[in-house]
Formats: sequence, C-alpha cells, structure tokens
Amino acid sequence: MSDDDKKFPNLSRRGFLKASIATAAVTAAPTILIRNAHAFVNEPKGATVTLGFNVPQTGAYADEGADELRAFKLAVKHLNGEGDGGMLNTMKPSSLKGNGILGKKVTYVTGDTQTKSDAARASAKRMIEKDGALMISGGSSSGVAIAVQSLCQEAGVIFMAGLTHSNDTTGKDKRKHGFRHFFNAYMSGQALAPVLAEEYGRDRKAYHLTADYTWGWTQEESIKNATEALGWKTVAAVRTPLGAGDFSQYITPVLNSGADVLILNHYGKDMVNSLTQAVQFGLRDKMVNGKKFEIVVPLFSRLMAQGAGDAIKGILGTTNWHWSLSDEGSKAFVKSFGAEYGFPPSQAAQTCYVQTLLYANACEMAGTFNPCGVIEALEGFKFDGMGNGPTEYRAADHQCFKDVLVVRGKEKPSSQFDLLEVAKVVPRSQVEYDPSIFGGELGQCNA
Amino acid sequence: MEAILLQILNGLDKGGAYALIALGLSLVFGTLGVVNFAHGALFMLGAFVAVSVQELLTISMRVKDPSITFFDAYKEVPYLEVWWGDIGRAIIDYSVPISIVAAIPVMLLIGLAMERGLIRYFYKRDHADQILVTFGLAIVLQEIVKSFYGANPIPVAAPEAVATSVDVGAVFGMPGIVYPWWRLIYLLFSVVVIGLVFAFLQFTTFGMVVRAGMHDREMVSLLGINIERRFTIVFGIAAVVAGLAGTMYTPILSPDYHMGMDFLVLSFVVVVVGGMGSLPGAVAAGFLLGILQSFFSMNEIKSILPGIDQIIIYLVAVIILLVRPRGLMGKD
Repeated sequence: MSDDDKKFPNLSRRGFLKASIATAAVTAAPTILIRNAHAFVNEPKGATVTLGFNVPQTGAYADEGADELRAFKLAVKHLNGEGDGGMLNTMKPSSLKGNGILGKKVTYVTGDTQTKSDAARASAKRMIEKDGALMISGGSSSGVAIAVQSLCQEAGVIFMAGLTHSNDTTGKDKRKHGFRHFFNAYMSGQALAPVLAEEYGRDRKAYHLTADYTWGWTQEESIKNATEALGWKTVAAVRTPLGAGDFSQYITPVLNSGADVLILNHYGKDMVNSLTQAVQFGLRDKMVNGKKFEIVVPLFSRLMAQGAGDAIKGILGTTNWHWSLSDEGSKAFVKSFGAEYGFPPSQAAQTCYVQTLLYANACEMAGTFNPCGVIEALEGFKFDGMGNGPTEYRAADHQCFKDVLVVRGKEKPSSQFDLLEVAKVVPRSQVEYDPSIFGGELGQCNA
Repeated sequence: MEAILLQILNGLDKGGAYALIALGLSLVFGTLGVVNFAHGALFMLGAFVAVSVQELLTISMRVKDPSITFFDAYKEVPYLEVWWGDIGRAIIDYSVPISIVAAIPVMLLIGLAMERGLIRYFYKRDHADQILVTFGLAIVLQEIVKSFYGANPIPVAAPEAVATSVDVGAVFGMPGIVYPWWRLIYLLFSVVVIGLVFAFLQFTTFGMVVRAGMHDREMVSLLGINIERRFTIVFGIAAVVAGLAGTMYTPILSPDYHMGMDFLVLSFVVVVVGGMGSLPGAVAAGFLLGILQSFFSMNEIKSILPGIDQIIIYLVAVIILLVRPRGLMGKD
C-alpha cells in the first residue's frame, strides 16, 4: 500500500476538495509569514541603518553633486551625534536625539547618477538591492529625479528628492514614496512675476529661451503664465537644445525682435553660457521701446553665479535658499558646513541636508522604518528652524510649501561667496496652488 | 535685413571656429592618413591653457574675510595686484592674449608628444583602430582636465576694452547691427591663422615638401627626404591651430572638460562636407555650415520647419554625400 492510500483511504470528491483547499492554504502560508516577517523592503536588522545618496559625481553637474554629498555626510554626522549638531538644534518640532535613527547608527552608500536617468536608476537599484538602502536621496536634474522616484516607488523605499525644480516631480509624476523639499517652477513664476512688474513695469515684451526638456518646459510655462497675468506680452519662446554651448545664434534674433526682456529658462552650464553671451551681445546696454533692456534668470544658484562671473550682476531670479540668511537654522547650518569644508553651502546642499534630517525625524515620529509609517509622518508635517521659515509637507502631493526667495546678482560682492542678495522674501501664501492643476496620482505605499 | 546680416555675421564667426578645427583635422588626415578623434581634445586643451594662464596670473594670497562671521572664510587677492597695483590688474585683464603666446609652444609640445608617443604606432593600422585609440585618448585627456579643474565651466574674461559690443552696421551706414568685439576679433583671428597656414604650405620649402608628401608619400621618401619627420611637425602645427582656436574661444564659451567633444562631431561633418583631406574644402565648409546653422536658427524659418536649426548641418552633409560623395572639394 502506498503512503497516499494510507493518508486518504477513502478519497471522495468532497474529501479531495477539502484536501485541495488545505493544500492551497498551506502553500500560501509561508508567503503570508514572510510578508509579516519582512513587512517592508530592507528592514534594518542589525545596529545600523543604511541610506543611499545618489548624486551626480561625474558629468555636467558634478560640482553640484559634490556639494550635495558634503551635505549628506554632514547630516549623517549630526544624526549620529557627532559634530556640533547643526540644524538638529534648531529644528522644531524635532524627535531627533542625536543617537542615529531609532537608536540605530546611520551609515550610507553613494551612487553616481552621471546626470543620466538610466545611470541614476541603475545606481539606485544597486543601493537598494545590494547595499540594503532604506531611503534614496539626491538629484540635480528633474529628469533623473522623476526616473529614480518611480523606481523607489516600485522597489518600496522612500525617495527624498534633492535639487529638482520641474513641476512634474510633485505634479503629474508624483509618487506616494517620493517627497520634495525644493521649490518648483510654478512657485518661481508666482514669486518672481510681481517683483518683475514692480521693477520693470507692466508694459513689457518678453522673449524666452528655454532648455528643451521637462524642467525647461514647465519653467517657461510657469513664468509665461505669471508674467502675462500681470500684463506682459510674450514675443517668442524659443527652445534650445540642452548643452548647446554657443547660444549666439539664438541670441542674435532677440536683438531685433522688439522684445525688451530676455528670460533665460536655462540651468547650470547652459545658463552660464547663455547669460554670458547675452551680456556680450550688449543686451544689457540696449534701449528698446524706450525702456532699458533686462535679462531675467528664473532659477539661480550660487554655483552658477560663480560660473557666470560679472554677467550675473543685477540679474533677478529665484532661489530655494541662500547661505546669507540670518535665521537660526541657516546660521547653524552654515556654521557647521563652513567649519567642516571652509566655504558656505549651496542651495542644493541645504535641500539635501534638510531632506535627510526630515526623513530621520519622520522615522522617529512613526517609531518605525516602514515606509507606510514614514510617509504618514511626513504627510502634512509642519516644521520650522530649517532655514526657510515655517514649512509644510503638503499631504496631497508631497511638495513642501514655504517662503520663496527672489534674489539679485550682487553689484558689489564683498567676498567670492557673496554673489547674491535677497531682493524679496515672497510669502508662502502667494506661491500656493491647487494640487490638482498638475494632475498625477500618488498611488499607495508599499504597492 | 539687419536680422539676416546679423545671422550671417554670427555664422561667419561660428564658421571661423569650425574652419580652424577642421583645418587641423584635414591636415592630419591628408598627411598622416589618421582619423584623429582626439582633435577636439586639442581644442579643449588650448582653452585650458587660457584657464591655466589665468590661474597662474591670479595666484592669490589668502586674506581673512571679515564680512563672513559664521565661520573662518578667506578672501583671495592676486599677488600681482598686491605687488604692482594697476599694472598687475592690467596684466590679469589681458590674460587671454598672453595665453595665445603661451599656447603656441605648449600645444606644439603636446602635439609632438601625442604623435611620437601614440599616433605613429597606428599609421599602418586600419581606420577603425585609429578611431578607437584616438577616441580613447580624448577621453583620457578629458578626465585628466576634469580631475584638475572640475566639471563646471570656468569663466575667462576678454580684456575689458573689448568685452563690450560695437555697432558694426554704423560703419556701413546701417546702424543697428550690434556685435560683440571679441567675436569680431575671433573672426579676424581665424582668417589670419588660416591665411598663415596656407601661406606656410604654399610659399615655404617645408610646405612644398609636405604638399608633395600628401600627393605621393612614397615618391618623396624615395627622393631621400625624411617625410616622416615633416609629418610629425605637421601634426604639431595642427595641434597648435586647434589649440589657438580653443584659447581664443574661451571668452565666448566658458571652457569645461567636455567642450572638445561638442566641437569634434561638428568638425568631422565639416571635413566630410569639405572633402576628406582637402584644406580649402575644410575652410569653405566650415564657414558655409556656420552660416547655415545661424541662418536656420532664425525664428521665421523655425516657425515653418520646427527643429531645423538642430539638424540642418547633418541634412546638408547627407545631401552633399549623396550628390558629391567625395565632398565639396574632395579629389576623385
């Protein structure tokens, strides 16, 4: 007699069905058990927790990436209770104790995005799968940020975006697992337009030169809408290839176009080149329609200002943060960054530092590393003392809302870092918008 | 009308750079038969000679910066300024013209080293090998520059006296054609350099031998002339031409480690359109493609054919290759 015959001596149809259901239940059980045992991806088992910093270490944004990495390292140091603590001392409310995150020491791994979406995804994947990173942060290009954000959603880890300014990051491409502290193109437009109208008048004709990719398009649209609402006219909006180098062929048509303002929707190297060349073509000395010709660069950074040299003087734009701010949070951060590296941090460094602290704090608040808990803690979280005044992580789209800085290239810099001056702090209420205007769905956590 | 003249002028100065790079590329191909993908890197190295000279001239002493109170920050004041005041400032201001003088020997040495150290071992190999090794060399040079100077563009200013623009049209009774001084100087400079190279090849004995060698290398060798050595010098000259083009270009385009690659592709198209190995062809095609590129960037044309500005050069190359497979001035 076989074993089966022993187990099922009188196998009936009903008996077979019961046995099948039982078998199915037993087969399914381990999966349920495993899911319970590993409720989320990369749950830290030992005494440490690993974070993944994915920044451009090579390529056109390498210098910006290097500054982001410096900020990440400093944040880890402060979280582990080393150094002077930086913004840990000024952040309110804060659950951070300076003993790592939930008592576990923070370690980190780094990846190189090369400012390319595919390379960024590959390095993020490696950090999640091989190094066990619980959270990925970094950026320096909206294309990269959007690509890595969707990867993190699929993988089930949190993505704390670094420098990314496209409306799409928390607009049509937003994800439940992705959070952005940096401001966006829409906010730049809303903050900048009234200052432009105030300084240059309402009867202006603008000419846009725009970087031909996701960030450029949303930037152009945002500034166009905001300035046209104030009475400006748009003469032309010309797309330029990313990394064009010599923009003279796009600048010469501006000269006789009848426009009296040139808006450069360029970033990084493109902005440095297009602005320098526009100034060389004498645009800033020109009088058109009886008015002085003006150039506007909607998104600025100090690193870019350094590249543009004298050309940046007097130019208006917006920035997420500037090291010369005198609030307690900024002062504490600049002090510890300066002491560590000998120069002040860039806006990219500040957003990355703050994002790391915010993630750690959310874990402490939630009492778990489980992304669902962390997301819940971050959604709607209101905080202060991090350099941008009272700030809120809006639950509907995971976008931070805070005051926006309108800055101007300083005419007489007192030091090599002192390149921008804050022209106006635009209150948060003026840059807020309905999250539905950009579409997109957050989706679910761990799904 | 002004707009068209402006675009033509812009095309000419763009074309000046293309022609200078393509001239060297064509010279190397015509003499040594080598397809040199590292030629763009020579343009980039020339630009970094200007950056290095600027850095040398502005070697600074660190002075404590009292305006920053959060941490210990330092201001940098160039020694030249400390020692010589206004004269020191003027020397720093003229760093680009000074770089030109420095770039000639530096680029000649780099060119000779490159040819003797690497390229000559590949004369007899097929073009694919030459492309691979020179492309590899270009990447190595690029990464070396990046490790020293970082990835961000470094601004290099033209002397203050010519940093502004001038109304070119006013000279011809058509005011309104405003153009930067430095770009006009660049155009003039490229014409002079091209003229010098042609004169050198045309009116010197050395040039005559090189031309004979380009025509029939074996025959010239059989006459007892060491054509190899002459070609090595030609490689050096090509490096100097590309390097000078780069040095002079720095006030127009803040140099970064990648600028050579950006120009390389365009220069190859220029050489192909002009006819491989044909020097007048390279120059003519350089200016022609520069003008076409500028002209097709005009909004009036772009509104009819969107995106045409980005493909026009390649479109022309395709048409020329279909109609005249050996290029505009290539020999059959």
